[in-house]
Amino acid sequence: MPDAPGLELIAQELNGSFEGAVLGTYYEHEQGALVVNPERVLDVLGWLRDTPGQEYRFLASLHGADYLPGEPRFGVHYELLCMPRVERLRVKAALADPGGDELPEIDSCTELFPTADFHEREVYDFFGISFRGHPDLRRILMPEDYVGWPQRRDFPIGGDPVLFTHNEVELPRWYE
Amino acid sequence: MVRVSTIEDREVIGASPVERTDALEDKAPEEELFTINMGPHHPAMHGVLRLVVSLQGEVVKDVRPIVGYVHTGIEKSCEDKSYWKVIPFVERMDYLAYFSNMEAFCGVVERLLDMEIPDRAKYLRVIHLELNRIHSHLVWLATTCIDLGAISMFWYGFRERDKVLDLFEMSSGQRMHTRYFQVGGVMEDIPRGFEPKVRAFCAEMGSRLDQYEAILDRNEIFLRRTKNVGIVSRERLLDLGVTGPLLRAAGEPWDLRKVTPSLCYGELDFSVPVGTVGDGYDRYRVRMQEMRESLRIVEQALDGLPEGPHIADDRKVCLPPRDELATSMEALIHHFKLVTEGFRVPPGEAYYAIESPRGELGCFVVADGSAKPVRVHIRDPSFVNLQMLREMSLDGYVADLIQNVAMLDPILGGIDR
Repeated sequence: MPDAPGLELIAQELNGSFEGAVLGTYYEHEQGALVVNPERVLDVLGWLRDTPGQEYRFLASLHGADYLPGEPRFGVHYELLCMPRVERLRVKAALADPGGDELPEIDSCTELFPTADFHEREVYDFFGISFRGHPDLRRILMPEDYVGWPQRRDFPIGGDPVLFTHNEVELPRWYE
Repeated sequence: MVRVSTIEDREVIGASPVERTDALEDKAPEEELFTINMGPHHPAMHGVLRLVVSLQGEVVKDVRPIVGYVHTGIEKSCEDKSYWKVIPFVERMDYLAYFSNMEAFCGVVERLLDMEIPDRAKYLRVIHLELNRIHSHLVWLATTCIDLGAISMFWYGFRERDKVLDLFEMSSGQRMHTRYFQVGGVMEDIPRGFEPKVRAFCAEMGSRLDQYEAILDRNEIFLRRTKNVGIVSRERLLDLGVTGPLLRAAGEPWDLRKVTPSLCYGELDFSVPVGTVGDGYDRYRVRMQEMRESLRIVEQALDGLPEGPHIADDRKVCLPPRDELATSMEALIHHFKLVTEGFRVPPGEAYYAIESPRGELGCFVVADGSAKPVRVHIRDPSFVNLQMLREMSLDGYVADLIQNVAMLDPILGGIDR
């Protein structure tokens, strides 16, 4: 793991190459994380992947989180791994909620990391975060015709209306 | 009259995820693609995996997995449970590697709490994790062989698996989904008589593995079905995020037990088997050898099992011992509060990955200081590894596709969560 000063060095170099790319860093539980501007996430990931001395070439995981009521509301986390040095680094893109029916958008990193394909579909499926440039952005675990983003914090557990079979009398063919 | 599908029909059904020949297309019969569904309800699909396959004759031209049939929203449900109640939920994701799931979740919560677990608990966890790996690989071996037409192997594999389950029953009271790991250690110390039983199992299992290899290693059908089938290059596997035996079979010696030794793996002597070609046969060899290494680990962990407490002595997180409840008011209060409310975890986020039987099993938890997690995400290896299926199977036969699915060892409970 890059230690806390190492993390600052990475952040500085990134901000030198890409103006305003890294918004902050945090270091907790022996893992460093870069908070990046979602518009520059591909620059950051590409730099971390290809720069000699960094070489975070393996994307171990990509997941989303909803920090409601925090701002910015959404986070997309990239758990990068440098296999030769066995170092992990988290890149966190903080995404604001555009409000209404609009979905927050971020660039897809499937070009850099082909493994992100399924991960991004999952984040889209559950959080409604749209990945620009993803080759096949469809729901993956929920049914294709499902409406709603189930893992957002304001989506209630057990909030789906359930029509029981005994409703058949009152609502004939409700299942259609 | 034959009804031909129109463009409008296609829009109703939704865009097809696979390359296919449309009913309106004018193509020579031998160039036409025949698109079919394999699964979701088929024994060869190892659960409820649906594959949309485009075939040209018997050759697979395109294949896409469609998952989500056993999605039960476990991650969402976890957000509504206190930390200690999440453990049985995550166990049920990858239902063959429940100890791994528990370890990933308990480990990440221990990191958020900055908690050190006692040495004895580390050893007990390793013993159970490795027995679990043997169990999981045995189920994989048994079901794979039944996919390849070897039914006797199925019975042998399940016979030995049952012995592992007997051991789990002895130590934790349950055969599957034991909820044996707690945040801070393990639920209970192992009972008297457990150790000789495990040693007897280890002594027997080695010769059982020899017997399996005697059945399979010189079996012409098995060799022809697995050799040089489903090869994907090591570089491509790394790009696709594939981990575990599949990656090691392609020659990459990457094992999280070795490279980031958590628990007591650093103190134990074991090796990481790797393959050379990365075909189905190598995947089989790697898993067989991993079972042998797991046996070695279990035996060493039993030898080195230290005395001491099996759970951390932190009354704010771990339940007080039962006998204290009758004599200590504080213990009773804490027991009550822990059971009703659960313990609180300071705000933060952490990701902790371990080597499950199928690869990197990571758990990501966001805590906000309350007794319930804000977000629990499991990076399930089956989910990620499934992405390699298409490249394994393109331009191969349908029969090889079945073999490839089997060698992937997908656990749909883990994929769909």
